[in-house]
Amino acid sequence: MSAPGGGAVLEVRGVTKAFGEREVLRGIDLSVREHEAVALIGASGSGKSTLLRCIDLLEEVDDGDVFLDGETITDPAVDPIAVRRRLGLVFQAYNLFPHLSALENVVLGEMRAHGIGRAEAEERGRALLARFGLGGREDDRPDNLSGGQQQRVAIARAFAGRPRALLLDEVTSALDPELVGEVLEAVRDLKGEGMTMLIATHEMGFAREVADRVAFLHEGRILELGPPEQVLSAPAEDETRRFLRRIQAN
Amino acid sequence: MPSERRLEREAAKRRRRRRGQAIAALSSVVILGGLATLILTSPGWPEVRETFFNWEVFKESFPDVAKAFWLDVKIFLVAEVAILAVGLLVALVRIARSAALFPLRLLAVVFVDLFRGIPTILLVFLIGFGVPALQLSNTPNDPIVLGAFALVLSYSAYVAEVYRAGINSVHRGQRDAALAVGLTEGQAMRHVILPQAIRRVAPPLLNDFVALQKDVALISILGPLEAFREAQIIESLTFNFTPLVAAALLYLAVTVPTARIVDRMGGPEGAVR
Repeated sequence: MSAPGGGAVLEVRGVTKAFGEREVLRGIDLSVREHEAVALIGASGSGKSTLLRCIDLLEEVDDGDVFLDGETITDPAVDPIAVRRRLGLVFQAYNLFPHLSALENVVLGEMRAHGIGRAEAEERGRALLARFGLGGREDDRPDNLSGGQQQRVAIARAFAGRPRALLLDEVTSALDPELVGEVLEAVRDLKGEGMTMLIATHEMGFAREVADRVAFLHEGRILELGPPEQVLSAPAEDETRRFLRRIQAN
Repeated sequence: MPSERRLEREAAKRRRRRRGQAIAALSSVVILGGLATLILTSPGWPEVRETFFNWEVFKESFPDVAKAFWLDVKIFLVAEVAILAVGLLVALVRIARSAALFPLRLLAVVFVDLFRGIPTILLVFLIGFGVPALQLSNTPNDPIVLGAFALVLSYSAYVAEVYRAGINSVHRGQRDAALAVGLTEGQAMRHVILPQAIRRVAPPLLNDFVALQKDVALISILGPLEAFREAQIIESLTFNFTPLVAAALLYLAVTVPTARIVDRMGGPEGAVR
């Protein structure tokens, strides 16, 4: 295993997490290098969301550590707020703020967490929304947007804080099939500009296309990790094959 | 050109509507008319009309009762603002998870249990007569202030629980999202959770204010000349209850509009149709 900071933006080492008796993560080791996109695949309940939430310090890990740019962020002495300001997280269910407009959703963190003035934050926010195909929808409330549009606002919101890495938690799973493409397009766009990303996903085609490496998570462990053509096309583990067959059957 | 089928349906719909209106009108006449007949033909009605609905007494007493009612209005306006603030503070303290706030949290629980558990009239009495009896310097002895204080304590306990229910009803994902964009717990509460919670609990909050607007009359037991007390005084001089009816109308003049606002906020289900 490489030393923390050896080119890795994110490094997860021996992380375990249990909710009561239920062990969700049973010792995860994973790193994401600068400009790299790593796809996390695995059945529902395999621990993908929990791992992302642990990295963003929304859950406390039981054992092991997470490093961000070589710094141990899971150290109890570290201020979680400062860490979250360096990361972006996009949720499966968007979790937009329903009482705020699209633009206000995007600029809230910039203004309150990063201390950027309203004028500058709004200018950047408008540019970001336009970039993700939401020009003209700045003043709409989330209620008035389609699921795909909401998720793109959520991506803009996570990206607005200039994160070191983006964590995407099954960002297309709550969408109608015809809306999946526009959200994946936004992620592709971010990958194109070199965003470092950890992407939990059920979209195997997308993982193959965008991810530099794919990690197969099974019952709280990473069973297989490698380039997409290897993990998705010629998996070494029986579990991975079974999972891919099930996914394809759907 | 609409099809014949459609015309048929529309005609049927119109028939149903007309039938509904006819039934509503008929049952209103029967029930309300019946009640009116029952009251108007009762043996005591002429006397009741004289003692409760005397137009001369009404005209005579209304200006004084209305003037006294102005005190009620002032008390509940001030009390409402104080209740909104105190209730929110108590709710936030109860919800806070910080270990340092443990003693305050305990106090907040006791506050709610205590002031929600004591009958409001008893609380007005205890504070109105108890606080002056302590003979502390610096404490107000004005019964209006003490009475309003008692109402604030009682209603803040209710309102704190309304706020708390509202805050707890905001989905956990909202807090997660607020933290994920880098907000502190306090900022998440202020900018994300509270605005949603308050919107949700606005109707029950207003509902509590309808109750408060009437309960201001309880302060009369401490002596201030508010509408109910003024009406009672005139009643004892004239042996006629009409001033109390005048006071009732004044209370209705503020509670009914508030209730209609509550209905509006709750959607069309509450409105009279």
